[in-house]
This record gives sequence, C-alpha cells and structure tokens, in this order.
Amino acid sequence: MAEKSSVFDMIGPVMIGPSSSHTAGVVRIGRVARRLLGGQPEEAVITFYNSFARTYEGHGSDRAIISGLLDFKTDDKRIRTALDEAKSANMSYTFKSKGNASTMHPNTVKLNIKAGEKQIEVIGESRGGGLVNIAEVNGFAANFTASAHTLIIFAKDVKGSIAFIANVISHDEVNIGTMSVSRKGKNDQACLVIEMDSGLRPISLDYLRGLSWVNELIYIPDIDL
Amino acid sequence: MSFLFDNFKGWKAYCEANNLKLYEPVMAYEIAQKGRTASDIWAGLLNAYTVMKEAVETGLTEDMTSRSGMINNGAKKVYQNKLSVLSPDFQKLIARALAAKEVNSCMGRVVAAPTAGASGILPGTMYTLQEIHGLDDQSILEGLLVGAGIALIIEQRASLAGAVGGCQAETGSAAAMASGAMVYCLGGDIDQVFNAVAITIQCMLGLVCDPVAGLVEVPCVVRNASAAAIANSSAQIALSNVSAVIPVDECIDAMGEIGSSMESRYKETALGGLAATLTGQDISKRVLIQDIEILPDEESFD
Ligand code: SF4
Repeated sequence: MAEKSSVFDMIGPVMIGPSSSHTAGVVRIGRVARRLLGGQPEEAVITFYNSFARTYEGHGSDRAIISGLLDFKTDDKRIRTALDEAKSANMSYTFKSKGNASTMHPNTVKLNIKAGEKQIEVIGESRGGGLVNIAEVNGFAANFTASAHTLIIFAKDVKGSIAFIANVISHDEVNIGTMSVSRKGKNDQACLVIEMDSGLRPISLDYLRGLSWVNELIYIPDIDL
Repeated sequence: MSFLFDNFKGWKAYCEANNLKLYEPVMAYEIAQKGRTASDIWAGLLNAYTVMKEAVETGLTEDMTSRSGMINNGAKKVYQNKLSVLSPDFQKLIARALAAKEVNSCMGRVVAAPTAGASGILPGTMYTLQEIHGLDDQSILEGLLVGAGIALIIEQRASLAGAVGGCQAETGSAAAMASGAMVYCLGGDIDQVFNAVAITIQCMLGLVCDPVAGLVEVPCVVRNASAAAIANSSAQIALSNVSAVIPVDECIDAMGEIGSSMESRYKETALGGLAATLTGQDISKRVLIQDIEILPDEESFD
C-alpha cells in the first residue's frame, strides 16, 4: 500500500449509503477525475468492471460516479438524485459494463471524460471503506490514493528532471511519501506522481508549472475538501 | 512508530514497554502519519460518534423503506415489540444495530466503520454499552480509537472489503472492532481486549458476501444485528478470561487465507449464496434495471 490508512478511514468516512466500496469510494474516484480534467466534464463514458459490472446500479455506483464528477462530497445528500443533477449541469453520460477483467481489481471503474478540447482517461479502484487507488491516468501507471497531497506532472522525460522537482518540493519543507514515474511510448513522455504529507506553496506550483519541459501539472491538495 | 500496526503482538509490546493505554499509540500514529493535532482527532471522533447516534435515532423514528422494498422499517418493529426474547437491553441492542444499518440501505447519512455495509455495528454496540454502563463520551471515543487500531491491522493482514474478503471482512471486522472497543471501555486489560477480537473473528470466519440483487440490504441488515450480538458475547467471554487459544494475529491471518480462497461469486458479485436462490434471483430481476449494455468479457492476460 502506497499510503498508510488513517484512523478516519476506519471510523469513517461519514457518507451517504449504501456501500462505501460502491458509493463513497466511487464518489472520490469521480472527484479525482474531475480535478485531472480541470473542471466540469461535458461528456462522460463510464465503464464498470468485474464486481462493479453487475452490481453498480443496485449499489447506486452510477449515482456515485456522477456525483463525484459533479464535485459532490461523499456525505452530500444530492447523491441520491445525482442523475437529475447531471442534467442541470449539462453533463451527458453513458454507462458500460465489462466482466472478467482478470488483471484488474474487483471494483474498478474507467472514466473517459471530456470538456471542450480536453479529454482524459482515468482508471480507479475502490478498495473498501471509501479508500481508492487511482491506477492509471491517460495510460500512465499512476497508483495514488488521493488521501494525501498529490502532485501529478506530465513532462518531457529529460535527464535530472525528477531530482530537480524533488529538490523544489524539499524547499517547501514537505516530506515526499511516495513518488513514482511512468513512461509511455517512444515520445519521451513521463508521468510523475508524488504524494506528500503536507501542502505546497502556490509559488512553488507556479514555478514548476512554468518549466519548459513540464507539459501539465495537476495539484490535488485534499480530495475531500 | 508504525511498526506496531503490523500485528497485535507489536501493539501490545509497545504499550507495555512504554506504559501506554491501547488507544495512545493509535492517536500517536494518526498524529505522526497524518499531521493532525490531538484535539482535531478527538473532535473528528466525537463527530463520528454523533453521526452514529443520529443514524440510530433516524432509523428508529423516520420512514426506512429502501428503493427495492426489501428494507421496510424493521428496526422500529423490533424496538416496539412487547415480547423481549432475552432482555429489553438485548432487544434495544438489536434494534439499534438494525436502525443505523437501515439508514445506510436507504441512502441516508452514516459512518462507514470500517465499511458502510457494517455501519450499524459500532453504533448499536457503543450506544447500548454507554447507556447500560453510564460511560462518558471520552471513554467511548478512546474505545473507537482502539477499534480503529484493530481495523488498521486487519486491513494490512487481511482485508476490510466484502469484494475482496467476503462478509467476514466487513461485518466480521466491525464486530471485532466493537468487541475490542467494548472490552476496553469496560476496563479490560490488553490481553482481554485482544482476546475479544480473536474470539469475535473466530465466530465470524467464513462468512460470504452474497447480497440479494447486489443491494446492501439482505442479508446485510440482519447481519449487523448478529454481529452486534457476537461482539457482546465475545466481550463477555473475553472479560471472563476465557482464552481464544489461537492468538489474534493468527485468527486474522486465517481470515485473510479464507478470504483469498473464497470464490468470486461470494464476494459481492451477487452470483452466489442468498443472491443465487430462486427468490433472490426473482428479486434481482424485479429491482434491477435490465437495459444495461453488457459488453463482451475482456480477454484475460495470463
Ligand atoms: S453481505 Fe456483502 S454487502 Fe452485505 S454487509 Fe456483508 S460484505 Fe457487506
């Protein structure tokens, strides 16, 4: 496990029922995806896998994922009516089911979401008790829990870049909990995911964002706020 | 300091070496791992306990009918029944565990402890324990921290999710948390607390997750009542110094082993057990929307 669980993962979260794997965890995956997209999705294609594939409707996971994409929190009473809320927010959605994906966690959901020109794919796993693992972002292995302060950087895979970023972070007196790099294809693209135990200053984020080899930087200080 | 969360043995040794109460290293862990202050943590626990008590009250006062209709104000019926099978306290325990869980099934507000499927067990047991023994809130909150410590270890050595470990992982873990918390609150020593956890796990081992129609309603709601009862029976046994024989860490390993060998139809897939009965299948056809596009199964990569 990348990040150790909190007491409030065990006595918590405070949430809307019925199932923490199928509602609270799914809401949080949706919230992460929305942040990765950078705003309100206009279109969402949602694929449920394995255990999720057959039971997502009964457990209200359809309402839960839509709620997350609408930025509702896990204890928001509007989760129950999220499908109607999506209409008011002009978000269209499609649900799909896939079973027997043996390489995937039992409770996996894939999101393909779009806003304007921007489009992303996120694969999330609901691990029980509302805990999640974001397994992939745009085909890059990501593996973060979103329970800590998370920094996701898409960058050119230039030499020394990781050490450089770690150095910038260390000047904010922030401890790095986990750090992973994933590379994809031949175009020298890398995805760097860093989980930290406290927040970064806005000026540090702006600085990193401005580096010529950084394509995109996403900062998720607290997914539940 | 997180070493102590690898097993119960380490937790006990650490408490004894440093002359600490069981909840104190859990508090220290949360402060160290999450950068929270002690007062924030106490406030968070009090909030959780308040939501738990509200869920009990809501389930006993408001209409609790689920969308499927399978859940229909059962807690109130138990609470109001003039016939007490065992004692009025036992009747209230059962009604309260049902009540909080019914709120969960009806898309109301609950505390997942450790999961939402098990959200009636700590409310039912701790509410009733507090009432019978006149405990103050502080003692209950310390008990909840002990319960959290128990769950943190189970999560690492086995699982807390029905989809991974079956119902033993959900209602079983919650019952273990409740039983340990109760023994702690009643002044039990470390061995008695851990013995209660071990006995509870022994009683809950092997329980499969087979929710009818995939809804967290049947048998989940009644299992919250039985788990609350088992938490009480185990606490009574442990506080009387009756040994579980198999140490708690090994009981949890057994739970992990059973969970990993359980077939997937018993893991929240609604394909086995009660879900697969004739009536279960009928209900499933009735309550689940059928016009889902089922794509072909994906290739598996071996
Ligand atoms: S049967 Fe399954 S869904 Fe129901 S409480 Fe048990 S683990 Fe949770």
